[in-house]
Amino acid sequence: MELTKENLLDMYRQMVTIRLFEQNLMHYAGEGHVPGTGHVSIGEEAIAVGACRALAPQDYIISTHRAHGHLIARGTHIPTMLAEVFGKATGCTGGKGGSMHLSDFDRNILGTNGIVGGGINIAGGVGLTIKMKKTDQVSVCFFGDGASNRGVFHEGFNLASLWKIPVVYICTNNQYAMTLPLCKNCANQDISARATAYDMPGLRVDGTDVIAVYEAVSGALERARQGGGPSLIEIIAFRLQGHSMRMDAMPDGSSYRPEGEIADWWDNKDPIKIFREKLYGLGYLDDEVAATLEAAAKKDIDEATEFALNSPEPKPESIYEWIYA
Amino acid sequence: MAQRQISYREAVAEAIIEEMTRDDRVFLMGEDIAVVGGAFGATKGILAAFGEERVMDTPISETAIVGYAVGAAMTGLRPVVEIMRCDWMTICMDEIVNQAAKMRYFTAGRPEMAMVIRTATEGGIGLGAQHSQSFEAWFAHIPGLKVVMPSTPYDVKGLLKSAIRDPNPVIFMEPIILYGTSGPVPKEDYTIPLGQADVKREGKDATIVCWGAVTSRVMNAAKMLADEGIDTEVIDIRTIRPLDIEAILASVRKTGRLVVAHEANKTGGFGAEIVAQVQEKAFDHLDAPIQRVAANDVLIPINRNLELMVLPREEQVIAGVKAVL
Ligand SMILES: Cc1ncc(C[n+]2csc(CCOP(=O)(O)OP(=O)(O)O)c2C)c(N)n1
Ligand SMILES: [Mg+2]
Repeated sequence: MELTKENLLDMYRQMVTIRLFEQNLMHYAGEGHVPGTGHVSIGEEAIAVGACRALAPQDYIISTHRAHGHLIARGTHIPTMLAEVFGKATGCTGGKGGSMHLSDFDRNILGTNGIVGGGINIAGGVGLTIKMKKTDQVSVCFFGDGASNRGVFHEGFNLASLWKIPVVYICTNNQYAMTLPLCKNCANQDISARATAYDMPGLRVDGTDVIAVYEAVSGALERARQGGGPSLIEIIAFRLQGHSMRMDAMPDGSSYRPEGEIADWWDNKDPIKIFREKLYGLGYLDDEVAATLEAAAKKDIDEATEFALNSPEPKPESIYEWIYA
Repeated sequence: MAQRQISYREAVAEAIIEEMTRDDRVFLMGEDIAVVGGAFGATKGILAAFGEERVMDTPISETAIVGYAVGAAMTGLRPVVEIMRCDWMTICMDEIVNQAAKMRYFTAGRPEMAMVIRTATEGGIGLGAQHSQSFEAWFAHIPGLKVVMPSTPYDVKGLLKSAIRDPNPVIFMEPIILYGTSGPVPKEDYTIPLGQADVKREGKDATIVCWGAVTSRVMNAAKMLADEGIDTEVIDIRTIRPLDIEAILASVRKTGRLVVAHEANKTGGFGAEIVAQVQEKAFDHLDAPIQRVAANDVLIPINRNLELMVLPREEQVIAGVKAVL
């Protein structure tokens, strides 16, 4: 499907919403409102928005610890999500899951995961259901470059390809796994090349280009829907923040990242800035329209924050809920 | 007319066939389970009855077997998967402990997590230290899991049918030495509720609580003790979690004496949990310190005589009972 001007502007609004959600979250984490930790995807917004735009409503998502963007891009109710991250009773898991355990069954987001790579096999099983029930769905699995080094990557990929399961694997290669750069993580830094070993297509896409992401994911979804089996899409991204809200630097406060990298990436690799310039170039966006979209995004986040801050604490007896059916 | 006798492995297959006939969401996955009917013959004939769409041989990928089952369960199927040996459950512990057991919690109770992981457990047939262990205590430690270990063909059919109908993940442990044993099993449909112990022998002098393969040795010991005028009550708990502690307490209140026998290693074995609960809840009824009969805290050797020394036999059970009298 060709993206219309309206689509593109909406995608811009979504990217801005994700950015504001996470910047807001970092602020409130600093104020002590986020129990545990949270992982922001600042710099990776084009991946969430490009990929989710390509999905059909009936498709499933299985995601990772860095998933706020995937939910927002899918249209999840932001107040419920923020309340969950704050550990409040009104959150999607009643304040018991937090940032790493978000889900939205009404939008077929079956869950994010606190175990790196934990979703890879689950996504295969979701795809197996689709295959067995012969429904017109695809299972989409987000994971990171770090997860690609877990054994489950091998087991899950081999089986999905062997059984021609409708899965699209989206590897967000943000070039870091916690503090460790890609060159110290992956013997072959071209993660997409591993697809060959499983006899499936492997693509590499620029994660600052939301339209390129949309197109690559659309193609893989189509292939899966036609019975062609799984694909691996490696999307190169630029992590503009620290790993998590707890882990941003070396113990002595210095950075584990090369000098100047973050500033350089903010200047040259910020997907929102890049998309904004593109939309200006196309004549779709001007200062006035941008201001309107950004104000709408800000309003959503402000309302969500109000809701989350004013939501009640979970009830003590809720600790027993949802363990057994 | 004498009741029909079938083997433990035939009872397993019969339970699965009945449940697959009853519910088309039930399917099987595992290593060598389809074409050859299982490494220990417990799924023989099922492929012929249901075809390869519902009975699938998998690669040697324990994490994928269980992880795919999680995804399939979350999307409405009811997988019954086999991990060939309990020892190799170690390989898919993340999928069992962090994924299967927690998915309802992380999704506010939205999906049923109806899945069964069948596995051959315990020793006694000379397979050695990586093919003879029994980890029921580990699984029983995890909220979100149910754990079952039937000791007779009758029990295995009724309990497996209940496990397959249960909306929670069930670890279903089949003592390897029992597959070839036979007993009366009704042809018709019946179930045994999970969490219900069975008084395998009534008696008044002492209670012996047991499960798994040691149960038949306990029964032999009880007969030998009866010859000496000692009347023991034998309780096969059958389900490790949820534990039917009330059945145990009722018996202990009657006999005042308790021996707990299991085949797994003594230290940290599930017997310790039973002992702890009984002293918490029925201390005043005890007339002697509780005894545990279990495998020595060593590895299981392949040599026949050494293996017999390590695993608990009639002699140790008798000694245990005499120690509490
Ligand atoms: C199995 C496992 N090992 C380690 C961790 C700790 N941990 C959390 S996130 C992370 C890095 C993951 O890197 P990547 O897959 O590239 O995702 P990213 O954080 O870059 O989005 C690690 C090591 C974990 N949660 N799970
Ligand atoms: Mg990474």
